[in-house]
Amino acid sequence: MSPRDNERWPGPDPAATVERTFREERAAVLATLIRHLGDFQLAEDAVQDAFAAALATWPDDGIPDRPGTWLMVTARRKAIDRLRRERAVTDRIARLAELAGLDAPEYPQEHPLETGAVTDDRLRLIFTCCHPALAPPARVALTLKTLGGLSTAEVARAFVVGETTMARRLVRATRKIADARIPYRVPGDDALPERLNGVLSTVHLIFNKGYGAAEDGEGERLVRGELCEEAIRLGRLLCELMPHDAEVRGLLALILLHDARRAARVDPQGRYVPMDAEDRARWDAARIAEGQEVLAEALALRRAGPYQLRAAIAALHVEAPSAAETDWETIAELYGALGRLTPSPVVEVHRAVAVAGARGPRAGLALLTPLLDDPRLTHCQPLYAAHADLLRRAGDRAAARRAYERALALTESAVEQAELARRLAELGTEEGA
Amino acid sequence: MPKYVMLTYLPAGGEPAPEEVGARWGAYHQAIKDAGVLVANAGLARPDVATTVRVGDDGTQLTDGPFAETEEYLAGFFLIEVEDLDEALKWAAEMPNSRYGPVEVRPVWGA
Repeated sequence: MSPRDNERWPGPDPAATVERTFREERAAVLATLIRHLGDFQLAEDAVQDAFAAALATWPDDGIPDRPGTWLMVTARRKAIDRLRRERAVTDRIARLAELAGLDAPEYPQEHPLETGAVTDDRLRLIFTCCHPALAPPARVALTLKTLGGLSTAEVARAFVVGETTMARRLVRATRKIADARIPYRVPGDDALPERLNGVLSTVHLIFNKGYGAAEDGEGERLVRGELCEEAIRLGRLLCELMPHDAEVRGLLALILLHDARRAARVDPQGRYVPMDAEDRARWDAARIAEGQEVLAEALALRRAGPYQLRAAIAALHVEAPSAAETDWETIAELYGALGRLTPSPVVEVHRAVAVAGARGPRAGLALLTPLLDDPRLTHCQPLYAAHADLLRRAGDRAAARRAYERALALTESAVEQAELARRLAELGTEEGA
Repeated sequence: MPKYVMLTYLPAGGEPAPEEVGARWGAYHQAIKDAGVLVANAGLARPDVATTVRVGDDGTQLTDGPFAETEEYLAGFFLIEVEDLDEALKWAAEMPNSRYGPVEVRPVWGA
């Protein structure tokens, strides 16, 4: 093996290197191919063919100087092959002719990848995958599949559904894009804020899917780290593609600051750890620093929004030297601002908890108690868990016990159930003592 | 250019009073015609004058009324020809009835 070969294969496994390179390039190649072909499924298949070709040739020939261009050209040829095989379908003939014109006879060393267009293509791809005409679970799945490059099996595992079910969901979504003609473009200024919000909430949902109390057949896991990583990657990509949008940065800051605490959210036995008991030594300092920096950049754009407010709250939590020294007063104010911007009873629950942190459990209960009658919160587990905690802290044990029982009945997550049961049991011990 | 049908539904008994929507329908009609996207449209008579036909092994059965008891009934339709779904959704959102009931937007098969 020559030294040059060593440079090409820094890792022990050439196939793994091909896979990694492919993964880095694939979203851009796919995005451009979809624009050329106007067909999600065909583009996906062609990109898959190109990956197979890369796996067959790169380990021997080395990774091309411009792997993106190589993949683009190869995928386009594979698409042409596929179209030729299906050319009985008349409307594809016209596209075949058009594509044949696009295809250069040889691997075009001098043919640069259209860089500016690629940025736009990826943005188009995000907006198309997150189009409001698709149901949110379909948006998440499609985004993970096309932009994240997760396999159908991986997406299925993340959603705890069978691979066949997920495959059907993905096929249905791509078919709707084609048949209903969901446009492949970044929406115009009139629709942009609304549509962007759909994109941001999709990325946020992916993050929460990974960060939340996820449980699956393989055992109870509080965290599905790979989805958090994927959401962060998408958040960074969005920031790169839309550098002047404050809320795009706000979302990235929010998920970075939450993610920084990921390792501390469960103890070594896999049990849920409440935030005030998290081991701060296990927080990821680099991620906190990045989150703070991104938040500062967002705030410098001077267009406040809900993601930035939530990121600011997350920042105050991780910046406190200890749980007891958390700046609850400012957090309560930020929740107040968030409630004015996006009124929601759930935000009011959080505000009540923050007020309790700042001014004691009675002050929190004064805000929380009226929310118990809100019909929208009948099944809001955090409301009852917070109610129980505040009653306990206020010393009203009998009421606290009833509230814990109610919260327990509403909790579906086994890790959260265990935590609530533990607190309920503690309450009994305290009373008996 | 793809064609879409916009089906407008209204809640049974919850129809808007004619004076609430009359003027806006006029303006909407004018706008959609001027845009050159309108192929056909019609408002439908109330569902209680509908007759449902069903052909089974025992022959043709006629039932008085719409095919099912629903809380929302089909009140009318527009057939339009536009660039893509976003444009169709815009016309659907601007329809005066969309404030009172849902508007279903469906691509025409193969169009």
